Amino acid sequence: MPTKSIREEFVKGLWNENPVFRQLLGLCPTLAVTNAVINGFAMGIATAFVLIFSSLVISSIKKLIPSQVRIASYIIIIATFVTMADRFMAAFFPPISKSLGPYVPLIVVNCIILGRQEAFSSKNSVGRSLIDTLGMSSGFVLAMLILSSIREILGMGTFLGHQVMGAWFKPWIIMILPPGAFITLGILLAIALQIERKTKSRK
Amino acid sequence: MELIAFFIAAVLINNFVLHYFLGICPFLGVSKKIDSALSMGLAVTFVMSITAVVSWVINHWILIPNKLDYLQIVSFILVIASLVQLVEMFIRKISPPLYQAMGIYLPLITTNCAIFFLALMAALKNYNFVETVIFGVGSGLGFTLAIVLMAGIREQLDMADIPEPLKGAGIALIVAGIMALAFMGFSGMIK
Repeated sequence: MPTKSIREEFVKGLWNENPVFRQLLGLCPTLAVTNAVINGFAMGIATAFVLIFSSLVISSIKKLIPSQVRIASYIIIIATFVTMADRFMAAFFPPISKSLGPYVPLIVVNCIILGRQEAFSSKNSVGRSLIDTLGMSSGFVLAMLILSSIREILGMGTFLGHQVMGAWFKPWIIMILPPGAFITLGILLAIALQIERKTKSRK
Repeated sequence: MELIAFFIAAVLINNFVLHYFLGICPFLGVSKKIDSALSMGLAVTFVMSITAVVSWVINHWILIPNKLDYLQIVSFILVIASLVQLVEMFIRKISPPLYQAMGIYLPLITTNCAIFFLALMAALKNYNFVETVIFGVGSGLGFTLAIVLMAGIREQLDMADIPEPLKGAGIALIVAGIMALAFMGFSGMIK
């Protein structure tokens, strides 16, 4: 495995291997809960928590897990952290937990998390895995913030509940409904790909 | 009558893909050809129906009587993973042609969030047994409908002149958005 510097290991999650825009992973929560910035952010943080801690556990006990049952073991570890996150949110942030609903438990089947364990944490040291998942989590939170900001500003004229658009602005209700999610993400993916192509052709 | 409305709602109005955004990975990944999309849809419907029954039994006979409902997440995911494995072995023994058609899609289904969501939703909404089964079958058929329609559109898209950066996932998501828009029209069907 080619060794990357710590900085590269972190930065790759932000853009080159951004889980949402470049790898198309974890699209279900990305589309479902980004109708308001606060929901998108909460989901991003909850996912980051599960990703980082399950990777810490898995990378530190990777030698103890027989490879035939590794997927099942990963899922149990991930499910444990998801249950913690779910209970924590229900206890301390009941309104957010209510509006995210069953999408918090769905973090278990978020392919970003299992994907990182299989591709990275099960082969690398604890420290490297920590840097890697920190980068990936930041990339995911970033993607959630971009998507939810666009949808909330255009869909309701607000940002985090504060009015940002003038009185002339008629909210595009469609943006906070399911079709808006698909179309916004489709356009964002095209923009991301175009930027990638431009930087490649310059080299 | 109410159960029929419930079924229609599960297939069309609360469509798993276009309303809840579930199963987006197979929806984008396996929707390039109509026949593979159909096989995937049927495999999902099949697993969903069984999952609905098994998770209901586990939730109502084991977890709730013992006040263990905080174990729902862990137990449902384990049930689904082992169920998919069992179904795969079973089909391989019973009907090799069916295995040929569905086989490669079955392992993928374990990580399909739609199945997990189905088990959670049925537990959350406290559906009774009959409702849970109808919910499972209806949601599976809704998924099949969405993925087959998508595959049909994408086969045509191959011949269209699409701007380079939109090719692949970009245009597929925009098409899905327009489909979701069309499916919103169904929401007036049931008050």
